[in-house]
Amino acid sequence: MKRKFDIAGCFLLFILISACTQNNQHDLGREEQKIITDTLVPITAVVKMVYIPGGEYKPFYGPDTLLVKVIPFVIDQRAVTNQEYLAFVTKNPQWRKSAIKPLYSDSNYLKDWPTDLQLPKNAKPNAPVCNVSWFAAKAYAKAVGKRLPTLDEWEFIAMADEITANARNKKNYSDAIIDLYLQKNRQYNEVKLSKPNYWGVYNMFDLIWEWTDDFNSILSTNDSRAGQYDDKELFCAGSATSSTDILNYAAFMRFALRTSIKAHYTIGNLGFRCAKDTAIKLN
Amino acid sequence: MKIRNLVHLFPIIALTAIVSCNTNQRNTSTENAIDIVAEGTPEVAEITGAPKVPKPIGDRAAKKLIVNLVTTEIEGIIADSIPYTFWTFNNTVPGSFIRVRVGDEITVNLKNDANSVLPHNIDLHAVTGPGGGAPASSSAPGKETSFTFKAINTGLYVYHCAAPPVPMHIGNGMYGLILVEPAGGLPKVDKEYYIMQGDFYTKASNIKKGLMEFDNDKAVAENPDYVLFNGKKGALLGANMIEAKVGETVRLFIGNGGPNLTSSFHVIGEIFDRVYLEGGTTISQNIQTTMIPAGGAVIVEFKCEVPGEYVLVDHSLSRAFNKGAIGKLKVTGEANLKVFNAKTMAKE
Repeated sequence: MKRKFDIAGCFLLFILISACTQNNQHDLGREEQKIITDTLVPITAVVKMVYIPGGEYKPFYGPDTLLVKVIPFVIDQRAVTNQEYLAFVTKNPQWRKSAIKPLYSDSNYLKDWPTDLQLPKNAKPNAPVCNVSWFAAKAYAKAVGKRLPTLDEWEFIAMADEITANARNKKNYSDAIIDLYLQKNRQYNEVKLSKPNYWGVYNMFDLIWEWTDDFNSILSTNDSRAGQYDDKELFCAGSATSSTDILNYAAFMRFALRTSIKAHYTIGNLGFRCAKDTAIKLN
Repeated sequence: MKIRNLVHLFPIIALTAIVSCNTNQRNTSTENAIDIVAEGTPEVAEITGAPKVPKPIGDRAAKKLIVNLVTTEIEGIIADSIPYTFWTFNNTVPGSFIRVRVGDEITVNLKNDANSVLPHNIDLHAVTGPGGGAPASSSAPGKETSFTFKAINTGLYVYHCAAPPVPMHIGNGMYGLILVEPAGGLPKVDKEYYIMQGDFYTKASNIKKGLMEFDNDKAVAENPDYVLFNGKKGALLGANMIEAKVGETVRLFIGNGGPNLTSSFHVIGEIFDRVYLEGGTTISQNIQTTMIPAGGAVIVEFKCEVPGEYVLVDHSLSRAFNKGAIGKLKVTGEANLKVFNAKTMAKE
């Protein structure tokens, strides 16, 4: 009797979710609709979000005098995990390995998954999901009612070490990050095993590269002198002339990675975390 | 007397004319080179790890070539069983030697190993085009890129990774040489070898015990721990010495990856009969020590007259004596007492 009730309950929930989805569709911008085709079924992921008050910060690339204002936002304290991504594709068949449209991903999407709904044999459910394209990451974020962080938001958080919000001027700031970057196969480790940074955000540097919403903005905002390759300034010594922080080799590495990827790429050590706007303004 | 002198001069004049003629041939103008047609279907080019070089191009016509390179980040031994994280082209420091002919159309396929953490690319100094191919070959981990260029300048050229931070990519070993031979090839010699100098800046990894990795501060200060030939202390010593026989002419293709130091290249006990200055077309003769800029190269040739072990050094000698910039050429064969006669008996 109770079992029947459960089934009925599930059914009701499903209708509710479907209705909700339809409502959500109205909220999506046209562009987004183009990107996230078909129906996206919302899912719930239990992840603590951290409030970031924002503020002015000096971007790594651009004129020395440029200050960018980052408005308050909230961000997942950790990256999206294998387990969570499995839940997403379970509910959203169009994002499964066998079904994803070639436009949205190269052939390495979820590369090591043996089947559509099976994690790789040795994968830890709590390790960050990798081999996902920017399109897929966007879709996931939308399904959990969030978005990808912007490049500025991500880099704003990346200024912090464990004890200060902006550690960029500390002697060992960049070196300590590079030490982490140089470790291979760290993407297979579980999230949140290392210490959080000043904001309470985990694993900014020690697990994966992370997609940002406008990861390629560094290319399009460069001036047009460069002609065919907008990112020309980023190569060889040219990269030095456009950087505000010439000794921050760790940041050079992140920007090099971002200029080497395209939205449909899937890479073994590239995953993502989600962010969200917030109306809260704390002083 | 005067007439006799003129007679003596005659062959010299004739020789000079021939030499200058040869020089002109080598000086194929780039405009002409652009119009050379590369025939046939693309072939995979023979490429080699140092100190070996591929076969000379000989008198073949220009053709289409494919060069396959893989970028990797691997642990290797830098000196005395000390492990270091090298970044490489084709798993070796220096990367594979590429040998082409002027007018060849070369497709470079650059694959970044799936196990790489970072993006890599290739800037070939033999390329005429944006960034030497770097922007077009920017490859994320696991990705492959490709571009095609026409070799329109003869000479010996460095290639390197130009992904930011560039000094780190080069400092970890991402460089190699590409030789563009003139039509008809370089003159035949008996032995050819490939050597590259590089400066290395190391510190202990905070995470992996015993492993050394790139030290940014030392690199900025241009104060290397090692200055090495072919990426490893002793790469050209002991069983790894390069070899030649008395009477043979040796040609060395020497590059300097840097990232920072220039090289004062010298072979102790030899005089370079010919030096292709900075790897270009101008030949200088009877040179003791030749400069190799960072990101530059040189071709030296000399005939081996006397057996023995000849020491290759950067004649900024603390680098040779203390930092590893030392190698050896072993010459075997009959002694030539007319050229060198060691009198080891102490004179009373």
